[in-house]
Amino acid sequence: MSIRVSHLCKRFGAGADQFTAVDDVSLEVQSGELVAFLGPSGSGKSTILRIIAGLETADSGSVFFAGQAADHLHARARGVGFVFQHYALFRHMTVARNIAFGLDVQGKPKAEQTRRVHELLELMGLSGLGERYPGQLSGGQRQRVALARALAPEPQVLLLDEPFGAVDARVREELRHWLRRLHDEVHVTSIFVTHDQEEAFSVADKVIVINRGRVEQAASPAEILDHPATEFVARFIGDANVYEGVAQGGHVPVGRLQVPADGLPDGTPVSAVLRFYDLKFWREETGIARVTRTMTLGDRVKVEARIDDGPVIYSQFPRRSSLLAGIEPGARIHIEVTLARLYPRAGSGGIIVAPGQALS
Amino acid sequence: MREGRALSPGQAALLALVLAYLGLILLLPLGAMALRALEAGPAMLLAIFSDEAAMEGLGLTLVLALIALAANGLFGVGAGLVLVRHRFLGRKLLDALVDLPLAVSPVMTGLAFLLVFGRGGWLEPWLEVAGLKVSFAFPGLVLATLFVTFPFTLREVAYVLIELGTDEEEAAVTLGASPWQTFRQVTFPNLRFGLGYGLVLTLARALGEFGAVLVVGGAISGQTQTATTFIYNALEERQEAAAYGMALILAVASVLFLLALEWIKRQRGKEK
Repeated sequence: MSIRVSHLCKRFGAGADQFTAVDDVSLEVQSGELVAFLGPSGSGKSTILRIIAGLETADSGSVFFAGQAADHLHARARGVGFVFQHYALFRHMTVARNIAFGLDVQGKPKAEQTRRVHELLELMGLSGLGERYPGQLSGGQRQRVALARALAPEPQVLLLDEPFGAVDARVREELRHWLRRLHDEVHVTSIFVTHDQEEAFSVADKVIVINRGRVEQAASPAEILDHPATEFVARFIGDANVYEGVAQGGHVPVGRLQVPADGLPDGTPVSAVLRFYDLKFWREETGIARVTRTMTLGDRVKVEARIDDGPVIYSQFPRRSSLLAGIEPGARIHIEVTLARLYPRAGSGGIIVAPGQALS
Repeated sequence: MREGRALSPGQAALLALVLAYLGLILLLPLGAMALRALEAGPAMLLAIFSDEAAMEGLGLTLVLALIALAANGLFGVGAGLVLVRHRFLGRKLLDALVDLPLAVSPVMTGLAFLLVFGRGGWLEPWLEVAGLKVSFAFPGLVLATLFVTFPFTLREVAYVLIELGTDEEEAAVTLGASPWQTFRQVTFPNLRFGLGYGLVLTLARALGEFGAVLVVGGAISGQTQTATTFIYNALEERQEAAAYGMALILAVASVLFLLALEWIKRQRGKEK
């Protein structure tokens, strides 16, 4: 079932404490899609999800399921499966009864309930745990029970609010694969909320980047990485250095680093966003920066350097890369910017500048 | 301590102080009462069970306690839900008022009830028309008991509700449960130990209430004399055996309540 959200607004609090959680949000999710709402905490992404589920009421705007306005529908009548960050399992019921709950309140016959519970326990890799209580399960198992419970009544839409936020990194990785595989099998239209870009990009077909209650960009992961629509997206997605400067003779000087800004009129104030992996460092005694620190992060090495007369800059290289030769604390380096994204500070449209060519 | 970890002098002094304090204000008086009761001999203690006035008082106290239990069971859950789950004008004021019975002396409570329901009280003309007698009668005792007991279940239930949050209820709703199904199958089972704890406290408070029922009821033997006011009257009349007999019955009840509270605490701990 497709979901459309149109001009949604939601404010919390009153008077001076009033806070706009959702600010004129419109978006679309196609039937059968797996979409991520990606944004920092407090960006309003969970509130949008809760409004879609009917757990929260919008101040204005509408939610459509398969083209039909759903605003008047109570949460229990929307046929939406919801998975909570902290599982929200019924702690006094066994796993089996948790999963059967949705069918039970609908008055489905016991035999059907039992059959469906077995089916889901198997699908979720939880066979044999039906008689346990939630308190006796690990975090990953609990979240799978929550997923099974949400799927039991065969919802048209599955909504997951930071579903993997409460489990440790390894289990999180596992659950991501689970969700992707599950979606490929069940094909229920799904939206999940996350603040973790890796999670969004590795699981979702489409990512909707949300910041301060607004949609910044809605596109495929590759599109968002390659063509960030706004400065926020460029800063937030991928690790990046961000500098503010003023264009001068086709460059934006950041200390002694000249960020290419071909075709930009002199005096234009811009934010320059330089992704870690769009930078090359190499050792050169006459260079423009000095390496201050190297950090080994698994298969990558993050290098911190200070630009002469300027700020700190970071880059990142594969661990065993030849690019790292001679890059050690104290070394003088030269920096090459292979791709810079410039955002004039007044507007929001971005300009991508690769050396020798100006793109828009 | 059992591992033989030595206490520092400061810790030892503090521990001694705490034990001495508890001994003085808890164990000494309770022990003295138990000894005195035993001194009186089992026969005299058992005589309490054939003392008509005593049994009537005990019966009255039990009836009052059961009424308090039923009323607080319903009111505690209902008001707890309203207080925690709803936002309305005056909620903070109500939240503060709930603790009033804990802050006000029961004797004052009794006096206040007399001002409203007693001779020359505000409602007296209407009560007379209706042919209802509240002060120095059973209804007055019920009102006084309800007043002094009402914070206990409400507070326990409210505390558990806050701790629970709304996640499970929201999950039930998205799964299609009606408000009643949500309450009966999700909210209430999570409340049951908190409610049980509050009800045992309510029971203990109802059995032990003295000041308010004395002032409102007047402790008329065979009519408004409760277990505690029976003890008071017996002491006045120097019938010490009867007083200690009844006190012992109440003490046994208290021990049972303590055990019940411990059991509930453990069950609660297991569920977490």
